[in-house]
Amino acid sequence: MDVFLSRTLEDALDVKAQHPEALPIAGGTDVMIELNFDRHRPEAIVDISRVPELQQWRKENGAVFLGAGVTYTRIMRELPEFAPWVQASRTVGSPQIRNRGTVGGNLGTSSPAGDALPVLAAYDAEIVMGKAGGTTRSLPWHEFMVGPKKNALQPDELILGARWKSVRGPGSFSKIGTRNAMVISMAGLCLVLDEDGRTVRVALGSVAPTIVRAPEAEGFAARALADAGAWDDPAAAISDQAVEEFGELVASATRPIDDVRGTAAYRRHACRVLAQRSLRWALDDRKGGPGG
Amino acid sequence: MRTPWLVEGPPSAELRGGEGHMLVRTKVNGEWQEADVWPGTSLLYMLREHLALPGSKNACEQGECGSCTVWLDGDLVCACLVLAAQAHEAEVRTVEALSRGDSLHPVQQAFLEAGAVQCGFCTPGLIVAVTDLLETQPNPSEATVREALSGNLCRCTGYEKILDAVRLAAGKRSQP
Repeated sequence: MDVFLSRTLEDALDVKAQHPEALPIAGGTDVMIELNFDRHRPEAIVDISRVPELQQWRKENGAVFLGAGVTYTRIMRELPEFAPWVQASRTVGSPQIRNRGTVGGNLGTSSPAGDALPVLAAYDAEIVMGKAGGTTRSLPWHEFMVGPKKNALQPDELILGARWKSVRGPGSFSKIGTRNAMVISMAGLCLVLDEDGRTVRVALGSVAPTIVRAPEAEGFAARALADAGAWDDPAAAISDQAVEEFGELVASATRPIDDVRGTAAYRRHACRVLAQRSLRWALDDRKGGPGG
Repeated sequence: MRTPWLVEGPPSAELRGGEGHMLVRTKVNGEWQEADVWPGTSLLYMLREHLALPGSKNACEQGECGSCTVWLDGDLVCACLVLAAQAHEAEVRTVEALSRGDSLHPVQQAFLEAGAVQCGFCTPGLIVAVTDLLETQPNPSEATVREALSGNLCRCTGYEKILDAVRLAAGKRSQP
């Protein structure tokens, strides 16, 4: 097994060009488990944990670019204005895991339980990939994640990060598991309310082969806010019945399975409850004035 | 003959080795050390089996239990989830660095006094995690303590004595 230690992005991309079989390792929170249990022995590994270009995030012209190597601890510390990001990052593992784990790792593994992934989906993020020679390409999140632990990354590419258009409005991430910490999500939900576009976006984790959105529920919520006059007047009330129906529609967007962590029926129920709570939180936040 | 098993990226790191192993150079508890390891080795295995530092415990090997908690370049990490090569030219601090001879670190002393040690297997990881917490937040709230220790499992104590030890250590630190 070869181990390549890259200190620059150019070098890491050259390694992938010459050794496409090299498995990238950053925080190691997925890769090392495979190695420790001898489930997978890669022919080569490329360490990208010390590639400075991957560790940056920046605002660019109404958009945000988040480098693949930014850890969850740094998101909590450095992106406080993005509530769903902070909340999702806080639910990842433990302090030890969050100090190492990266958004790029969630994308590379593409597990439907990756906590960062519903947030990327709710923000309609595109995933940016690069290869040697400086070529980059981007795919919308749903074209990048194509199945459970399957994505569109080519062997000679590295994930550089994700980019999304800034959204003005409240939002949240919440998840259900057996503990408040160190838990793999049984159901996860990110809701983002876009004040300017007058849309509500809902993305779900752990309840389908990949991350899914709930378009019917999203359209219903946007219409409910419009019918109540709430887009113009945040104090306008949305009926309990509308919130409940929103939950039903979100639950019907799931395609869950029974597995060791929970049953399909429980997951569907959890999404219904999370959806109702999240919409109420967003509506309450708006009454305090739109922001975030 | 294959290409070398450990290929170095420019410019700073330098790794040498032979077939199926590699030489990792790491500053451990203030001293530069070298270990000749299999390329897939974890930092935890390197510390325990190559560098004679068995204080960090090997339990779950998947980042669930926190028994192997160490500092890597100042960050609290699970050593089982760090590839040894990722610690090349980096700085690692382990539980062994905390006591001075027979003189225990205040957090270790507090664990003894509070009865926070039963079988002792989780203790080194918890000592490191508590030390890290108190170095950054000398007087943490109960919720902060619970959050900070959420990645360290103990199957004996039920955690209450451990929380007592944290309070005791925090109280001692805050005294003039």
